Amino acid sequence: MKYMPGTYISLAGMERGMLNTVYRLVAPRRFEVCFNNIDLSSGQAVVRPARLSICHADQRYYQGLRPAEVLGQKLPMALIHEGAGYVVYDPSGTFPYGTEVVMVPNTPVEYDSVIAENYLRSSRFRASGYDGFMQENVALALDRLVPLAPSTDKAVAAFTELVSVSVHAMRRFGRAAHSRRRVTGIWGDGNLGYITALVSKAMFPGTKLYIFGTDREKLSRFSFAEETFLVADIPEDISVDHAFECVGGSASQKAVNQIIGCIEPEGTISLLGVSEYPVPVNTRMVLEKGLHIQGSSRSGREDFLETIALYKKYPWLARYLGNIVGTEIEVHTTEDIVKAFETDIQMGMGKTIMVWNQ
Amino acid sequence: MVFGVILAGGTGSRMGNASKPKQYLMLGDKPVIIHTVEKFFIHNAFEKIIVLCPKQWVEDTKDLVKKYIPGSQGHVEVLEGGMTRNETIMNSITYIEENYGLDDSTVIVTHDSVRPFLTYRIIEENIKYGLKYGAVDTVVPATDTIVESPDGAVASSVPDRRRMYQGQTPQTFNAKKLKGLYLSLNDEEKETLTDACKIFVLRGEDVHLVQGETFNIKITYPYDLRVAESLVQEQAGKNDN
Repeated sequence: MKYMPGTYISLAGMERGMLNTVYRLVAPRRFEVCFNNIDLSSGQAVVRPARLSICHADQRYYQGLRPAEVLGQKLPMALIHEGAGYVVYDPSGTFPYGTEVVMVPNTPVEYDSVIAENYLRSSRFRASGYDGFMQENVALALDRLVPLAPSTDKAVAAFTELVSVSVHAMRRFGRAAHSRRRVTGIWGDGNLGYITALVSKAMFPGTKLYIFGTDREKLSRFSFAEETFLVADIPEDISVDHAFECVGGSASQKAVNQIIGCIEPEGTISLLGVSEYPVPVNTRMVLEKGLHIQGSSRSGREDFLETIALYKKYPWLARYLGNIVGTEIEVHTTEDIVKAFETDIQMGMGKTIMVWNQ
Repeated sequence: MVFGVILAGGTGSRMGNASKPKQYLMLGDKPVIIHTVEKFFIHNAFEKIIVLCPKQWVEDTKDLVKKYIPGSQGHVEVLEGGMTRNETIMNSITYIEENYGLDDSTVIVTHDSVRPFLTYRIIEENIKYGLKYGAVDTVVPATDTIVESPDGAVASSVPDRRRMYQGQTPQTFNAKKLKGLYLSLNDEEKETLTDACKIFVLRGEDVHLVQGETFNIKITYPYDLRVAESLVQEQAGKNDN
């Protein structure tokens, strides 16, 4: 099924259906089993998750780092919005049994010809006030499934959502930024910075990449970039035409203002890092340089399709992405889920993948 | 070929004063047995799902399956069960033999119709190990200490709980082997059977264990139905999807 304008996806009416086990976070560090219903006559497909990838956003709920009122409002909730699996039921016959797919966590309930689905305030997002993928089976509208090539690395498939977020930001950058693209700077040497840098290499191969980070070891992973710099030690003559901020958290302020200092006039700054608090910005210099600041968050179906197309076109992309698979943990029980989240906390860099066997 | 065999033969003698067998009582908005059949229905591995129920419930069961699982016609077969659990299983094997033939790769995944909370993983592992080993039991570690007492008055032994498991279902078997072993039992041996895995154990055959779930409860007493209702009603929470 194509996602056609006017195709509204119903989330209501699920009170009838097949019992389905859901693993919800009920309080920080505590998961409980409960049940929802999957309506087999709703026209939705049913996907059996195979690999689920833990994101910082999941960790903020798991560790109780969100404000108490947010936790109170959103929990209990099944975590995880990065995941791949295979189709076990599709009444429309679009996807044969066993088709490997990535699940799109953004779930629009209306179509807008101007505003992207991931910015519609009415859209629901998995594992953010709406159950994520930590379920026995997941019911999704057909256009929330994106088929994978069978040869796709299974762990990479699991965090394709994160890759699609970078692809989404890069597509918007492509539309918004002026055409002088000699050098792009990426601030942030973590997973998001790594992925964004790789996606930039794939989508804008003629643009040089400068990576700015705090950890020499992490920076050494960016072997494909032209230059890497420690943020405390940037040579004075270094400048970039455009920049991506992939830092987030408490370091956002420093990163954003450093970018404003380093960037050439009329450059575009793409903000991707999430911060829990408002970030003071050197607006005087933004004005003086005539900078363009673009926020970017999440992704939609089109970005997933573009990501899968990039995997196909550039086999090296998935190979590099495989480098950031930190650990894969077999999950059989609720205790295994806790083990996966605790292991993830200890990891300096790299994605933690749950091999979902619940 | 793999077949799902849903055992709904019980007449619910333990279920309080309910007039219906317990598998036909409503859980949420549909009968318990329908919840169970749906779990098998979405699994692609089954050639057919065979539901065995009391003779007087055969037509009603067909109607219920048709009503609640519209896409299941031709995929779910409702048959009459036997006098005992194992006779009921034998009825399913006879049906398979007559319609598909029995060979060394014919596997049946037998399951209590009153255990609607089983999971996709449990079914998947039953099939996987059933094909590999020929006999599978789904169990959870025992939480209560088991006390043995043949006369019901004095304890004769208290086995080490750490070595004890509680049997659930599914139980999965190589159908041809199960039939052969069952027919080899004498009446006295048959009387000691409380489940089908014991047929293999009595003949010294290995039964592979699959980890069950504590929530894979059997709805036996009115209390169990209350527990099941409360589990199902959690769906009314804010994160229903």
